[in-house]
Amino acid sequence: MLKKTPFYEKHLEYQGKMVNFFSYLMPISYRSIKEEVLAVRNDCGLFDVSHMGRIEISGKNYKEFVNYLITNDVFSLKEYQACYACMLYEDGGIVDDLVCYNLPQRILLVVNCANLEKDYNYILEINKNFNCQVKNLSEEICQLALQGKKAEKVLSSLVNNDLSEIGFYFSKEIEVLGIPMLVSRTGYTGEDGFELYFNRNYAHKIWDAFFEKNPSLLPCGLGARDMLRLEMGYCLYGQDIDKDKNPLEANLSFVVKFNKDFIGKEALLKIKEKGLKRKLVGIKFYDNVIPRSKMNLYDKNGSLIGFITSGTFSFSLNCGIAMGYVEITHSQIGNKVYLENKKEGEIVKLPFYQFGSIKRLKKEV
Amino acid sequence: MSLVLDNLYYTKTHEWIKVEGDIGIIGITDFAQKELQDIVYFGIDEGIIGKNLTAGEKFGYVEAVKTAADLYLPISGEVIEINKELINNPVIANQDPYGKGWILKIKIKDKEELKNLLNSEDYKKHIGE
Repeated sequence: MLKKTPFYEKHLEYQGKMVNFFSYLMPISYRSIKEEVLAVRNDCGLFDVSHMGRIEISGKNYKEFVNYLITNDVFSLKEYQACYACMLYEDGGIVDDLVCYNLPQRILLVVNCANLEKDYNYILEINKNFNCQVKNLSEEICQLALQGKKAEKVLSSLVNNDLSEIGFYFSKEIEVLGIPMLVSRTGYTGEDGFELYFNRNYAHKIWDAFFEKNPSLLPCGLGARDMLRLEMGYCLYGQDIDKDKNPLEANLSFVVKFNKDFIGKEALLKIKEKGLKRKLVGIKFYDNVIPRSKMNLYDKNGSLIGFITSGTFSFSLNCGIAMGYVEITHSQIGNKVYLENKKEGEIVKLPFYQFGSIKRLKKEV
Repeated sequence: MSLVLDNLYYTKTHEWIKVEGDIGIIGITDFAQKELQDIVYFGIDEGIIGKNLTAGEKFGYVEAVKTAADLYLPISGEVIEINKELINNPVIANQDPYGKGWILKIKIKDKEELKNLLNSEDYKKHIGE
């Protein structure tokens, strides 16, 4: 039996092309992926991301628990601040990547849809030594992502608050149309934007209000979401990262804090000491070549040097782009790599898309 | 629901052919473009113009954001034209698959081969609509 988010009826009403995404019926796109990607890059788009998992952790020593559970430093977060992080196995392999919100007396972890059950059980297992309260709020709370450089203006049409007070990767409990919710300045597209967490009973009311007040706003699906994140070089669990990859080789060192204790730390320190064998890189292709995940990568002599984990044709850049792992000796920017059909790609600096409005926000922090 | 036109012949691999005299105009169906979604590239070698190809032969491929698919010729004959407008702007196949989105024209070798193709009713059944 396929699961539906509280916005399911709205997706049908807006003629979303529904697909089975890890047992959730989700819209891959409404009209076209291209229109939706460009809407987010140039204007604004609204995504239903309720399929993601939301886990709340509270109780005595809840911060110590989460700090041990994830790679980023929970104690460095101000109240209502959020961070991106990984949750690891003892061997340094990745259980999941997630966003962690430091809320009053509790922490909210937002995890990947496909990993929710695995993550929840993993957290419960580790919790045996901590005895915190772990609550799965995924059903009760729904989640929307409003993304694009005009996101603040669009959301302003529904609230009385001054949204400029919510800084990048901060959140606030405010009312939207009189409905209480957690609103954060977060997203996974490279553009400015907000994520809204609220009770599922208000899903239709909020969705309808967004489009009534903002006639040019576009609903966006998983297809656009995947392209937008890949254009930014952001990892997708199950493709670019998984239990057989570690955060150091996946360019996620910026969320690994070795000055504290966390599961997988010892393994990562050993990996660091030995030196990385491979590295996740961004590769740009030309001449209408569209790279696809699982394709092998070769050097100019035809020796196998790696493989692609995500690939697509980018509508923001008008060329084929991919992320993949290559041997460390081949991972320098500017290095040429080849597909099986000899088509050439070049390792480039990430993000592929350099003009995301998130750049401006990051500077302000 | 996908659009299926009555006056065309269809393949199980989702190409259509419209017959005008001894010329066949070939494209992909509305069902195919919906399945593929955002089409970004038609890989068709210009060198096939003037060549005699056989029914069922692969004549190129189409790449969409999510996936790629091979293109198969519905009928034997000599390729006489490729739709340059489509090559330059592949999304036309999404917007107008039976009109401006045609892919190539062929001089039909033997019209008897049309019997091997699906009519609109058969094709509707084939795609479950």
